Amino acid sequence: MQRNVLEYLEATAPRLPDKVAFHNGTEGLTFGQVSRAARGIGTFLARKGLEREPVVVFMEKHPKSVAAFFGVVYSGCFYVPIDEEMPLYRVELIFQTLRPRAVLCDEKTRQAAAELGYEGGLYGYEEAAACQPDQGLLDSIRAGQLDTDPLYIVFTSGSTGVPKGVAACHRSVIDYIEQLSATLGFSEDTVFGNQTPLYFDACLKELYPTLKFGATTYLIPKGLFLFPVKLVEFLNEHKINTVCWVVSALTMISGLGALKKNVPQYLHTIAFGSEVFPIRQFNLWREALPNARFTNLYGPTECTGMSCFYHVDRDFGPDEAIPIGGPFPNTGILLLAEGDKPAAPGQVGEICIRGTCLTMGYYRMPEKTAECFVQNPLNDAYPELIYRTGDLGRYNDRGELVFVSRKDYQIKHMGHRVELQEIEAAASTHRSVAAACAVFDQEKDRIRMYYTGGVEPGELTAFLKGRLPRYMIPNRVERLERLPLTPNGKIDRKALAAGQIPAGV
Amino acid sequence: MEELLDILRELHPDVDFENCGNLIDGKILDSIDIVTLVAEIGDAFDVEVPAEELTPENFNSAQALWAMIQRLDEA
Repeated sequence: MQRNVLEYLEATAPRLPDKVAFHNGTEGLTFGQVSRAARGIGTFLARKGLEREPVVVFMEKHPKSVAAFFGVVYSGCFYVPIDEEMPLYRVELIFQTLRPRAVLCDEKTRQAAAELGYEGGLYGYEEAAACQPDQGLLDSIRAGQLDTDPLYIVFTSGSTGVPKGVAACHRSVIDYIEQLSATLGFSEDTVFGNQTPLYFDACLKELYPTLKFGATTYLIPKGLFLFPVKLVEFLNEHKINTVCWVVSALTMISGLGALKKNVPQYLHTIAFGSEVFPIRQFNLWREALPNARFTNLYGPTECTGMSCFYHVDRDFGPDEAIPIGGPFPNTGILLLAEGDKPAAPGQVGEICIRGTCLTMGYYRMPEKTAECFVQNPLNDAYPELIYRTGDLGRYNDRGELVFVSRKDYQIKHMGHRVELQEIEAAASTHRSVAAACAVFDQEKDRIRMYYTGGVEPGELTAFLKGRLPRYMIPNRVERLERLPLTPNGKIDRKALAAGQIPAGV
Repeated sequence: MEELLDILRELHPDVDFENCGNLIDGKILDSIDIVTLVAEIGDAFDVEVPAEELTPENFNSAQALWAMIQRLDEA
């Protein structure tokens, strides 16, 4: 039985040593090179006395950062990818939670890492990867590793202003990769075009099936996602046939008219998720690629990648929503209505998930973990955790699960999960902000923030850019005389979201 | 030109668009900004920005954007 994700690499590297595994259009690594670099890094880190602890990978998006992940796993530790463009303020918050003893960096991030005032080991990728692998050492580490040991931690937005680190183990990832690969039909011929950042669980979809099958992943340069014609040219140049993208990346291509100029002719498998796909845009894609298979994916980071899928098998009207379908094999969905009773057919309930896919919870945040990783309320016979997603859903007439809305103020913006309260918490740390409220315009995919206080909108935006990742910066910031209040004296979010805005300053 | 600058300032009130020549290279604009700009330029100047005009060169400064708008307007 497979216990470790590296077994994928160890089966493929001797079989296809010279095939390109990961490439960014300019530079790439073969399976042989990935294996050599990862074992070198594993040996290097293990000799530093690290064991079953977080190792931060603070590198720009590159095939080498992927090799660094596997290197950390060889050392018996778990990797924590950090967005190299994230403001240092936020990196510091994450380091306060992690307290890492080792950070892997590259030439571009070394300076930023030094500015953190971090006192642990700061190691360059090149030096670590060049280390001669000690197979005896690596074998003894492996013998002690369990499939319930953590594989990675990824940080997601937290409503209090502190990012939460979700820790997932090998067993959950192996389960996910096996089910996802069977569902989407990956093979050795799969050529992935990766869009999602490496610092979220979304990239599991490409990284591990690439190892499992000996496929190839192109890490598409982020800048191409601003210019759709160039992006389609990239897809065709590299004969990319499979993409698992956030909806906003797909609608950027269709919405700006690029499909009329040039069709991504090799694409046959298109999986999307994280957001609602506007049907008008979706139909442009189906018309351009009538023979491709389109699959909607749904799942929270807390349940290791994706939990549910729906293969599009019919046409949808402009006001319809594409269902999220049903769970992968070996994953269970509970739909819990008021009083934790199972929702009746058609009734809205909270989507709750059970199975091997459940992650281990939030790193060093037991209270937060206990809030949403809870005993299955339908089972009083033995311990069984479920994850409460906070997503509301219902079953349609065909028995397919449909996403309805959120229970709280979490949104999906450009495919990223954002707690609106985290933006407000960041704004409130400015000494001249009295009160702030962020709302989301789903139709336009834009965050608007309203505030009262003495600071100019431009200055406040610049301040936020120093504290929050790019995708959390409001698209519009407006200063008001006062914020509208509900009868209870709370800020009236609904009024602001509906555009009922009191006079500006 | 002033109308274009207003559109840009609304997106990023902290940026000096009159003197900024690296909106793309400096990663100031992101993909949602491009989508928003294309829509707002279309509304404000009554031009349609075709996909082949979406290039880093055309979006790197307010001046380049303005030149593109005038070119499209004459076509």
